[in-house]
Amino acid sequence: MELTTFFQQLINGLQLGAIYALIALGYTMVYGIIRLINFAHADFLMVGAFAVYFFASFILTLTNAIPPIILFILGLIVALVAGALIAELSNRLAYKPLRYKPRLSALITAVGVSMFLEYFFASLPFIGPSFRAFPDLLKPVSFVVGGVYLNNIQLLDIGLAIVLMILLTFIVNRTMMGKAMRAVSQDKDAAKLMGINVERTITFVFLIGGALAGAAGILMAMTYPRIYPNMGILPGLKAFVAAVLGGIGNIPGAMLGGFLLGIAEIYATSYNSLLGEGIAFAILIIVLLVRPQGLLGEKQSEKV
Amino acid sequence: MALALEVKDLHVAYGGIKALRGISVKVEACSIVTMIGANGAGKSTTLRAISGIVAKQSGHVTFFDKDITSTPAHIIVAMGISHVPEGRRMFATLSVMENLEIATYTRHDKKEFAESLETVFSLFPRLKERRKQLAGTLSGGEQQMLAVGRAMMTHGKVMLLDEPSMGLAPVLVEEIFRTIKKINELGTTILLVEQNARMALEYSNYAYVLEVGVVSAEGPSSQLLDDPRVKEAYLGG
Ligand SMILES: Nc1ncnc2c1ncn2[C@@H]1O[C@H](COP(=O)(O)OP(=O)(O)OP(=O)(O)O)[C@@H](O)[C@H]1O
Ligand SMILES: [Mg+2]
Repeated sequence: MELTTFFQQLINGLQLGAIYALIALGYTMVYGIIRLINFAHADFLMVGAFAVYFFASFILTLTNAIPPIILFILGLIVALVAGALIAELSNRLAYKPLRYKPRLSALITAVGVSMFLEYFFASLPFIGPSFRAFPDLLKPVSFVVGGVYLNNIQLLDIGLAIVLMILLTFIVNRTMMGKAMRAVSQDKDAAKLMGINVERTITFVFLIGGALAGAAGILMAMTYPRIYPNMGILPGLKAFVAAVLGGIGNIPGAMLGGFLLGIAEIYATSYNSLLGEGIAFAILIIVLLVRPQGLLGEKQSEKV
Repeated sequence: MALALEVKDLHVAYGGIKALRGISVKVEACSIVTMIGANGAGKSTTLRAISGIVAKQSGHVTFFDKDITSTPAHIIVAMGISHVPEGRRMFATLSVMENLEIATYTRHDKKEFAESLETVFSLFPRLKERRKQLAGTLSGGEQQMLAVGRAMMTHGKVMLLDEPSMGLAPVLVEEIFRTIKKINELGTTILLVEQNARMALEYSNYAYVLEVGVVSAEGPSSQLLDDPRVKEAYLGG
């Protein structure tokens, strides 16, 4: 492979990986704290994308004079908030009542929440099941650096994802809420004995995970500007694989897994597009066989 | 003397298994009260019910005249009951320092934090040396110190201790008991559960003997130390 092609694919891979990583973080954080694989997580990004779609369309009918960067920033806030709210709403209405019930109940409920969101959005007359063109929040600008084609959306995807990950790492490691999150994921009763409000901590995790999914939603919609109610399914599945690859429950693992998977998928696609579609699942099988705890995960000895 | 803690006719069951069938315990402020009894008698369950981490079927718990029977666990801690649970229950992947910090979750006073930390480190200098280490990598004795230190950081007026001497070498057992005495002298009321009945009775003012979910005997600790039935059953004759 030529060097410029190599770098071109690498940057494309990082872009895709950034989106997978943002989604994977939500899976891994929720799993870490309540041992639930939240299948509906992928749909939160769809909700975020639609929220931005309606918001931006509304603003653009009012005025065309709004500077694109302002429109984007407002859109990003809408995406973060919408993702956070839908995530917490699912937690409150669907998962919380099952908190101390067998884990399988919550898992099946998560599948239900996922399907509900997809079909509910598809059934709404002003949404419907088919594609919608996502408006250009930012004007696409391309440039060439050393033979490698770059565009502003690409850099935005990677840059924003990295900023959000740094922010998350800071919250988890440095703030009291982050420490509480780690304590609750290890031992809920002991956490209560430290005065930690366990339910509030779980809410916090859903809010953050949902916000990251919302961010992934707006980035995906800007990158592939067609949105539809099922748009979360495939990236969601792949991000889940990324979370498993990194070690489910492990936050740096989800970031690493996301980027690795994105890169692997782009290289595989350049070789053969069918291979690209399947590589995530091939990786899943290999990880489960060779290193089930994932790259950064620890061997499961803890009780769950 | 004021009552720090009063448990009245407490019933607790795990699924179908009745663990407590009417336990009543009184703890005077500033005293050390101990609960002894065989395995499975319901000692830990009593402490867990006081702290609000197991549901009560019936009965009442009052803390300085406030009813806390159905208060959520994290609020009970904020009100002033700290609890060193059975088996240490460290947050293994948090550092020693983070374990201590997390215990001040309900309060955010920097000065108070520094003072409590000072007290804990003066009682357990070892923890100060190990403050950057992950709690899961501490030795058993160090973990026990951390468990007690962590509970001290929650600043309870009452401290519940569940078998703090478990698994420790005899020298350390002595040290733990002396530390408990010191914590008590600093003004904290203690409710202590122990397998080591002799030491518990020697270090406490008042004692309860639990047998399969009920209180079978109670009295001033010095009196129970001389009670022939207690001697035979719990003090090795
Ligand atoms: N989570 C639980 N589920 C079911 N039964 C339980 C549970 N915890 C305790 N029990 C039962 O309740 C009874 C009282 O247990 P508890 O832990 O209070 O005893 P204990 O006096 O602390 O004993 P030990 O000295 O061995 O710690 C026991 O019969 C125990 O098997
Ligand atoms: Mg016990």
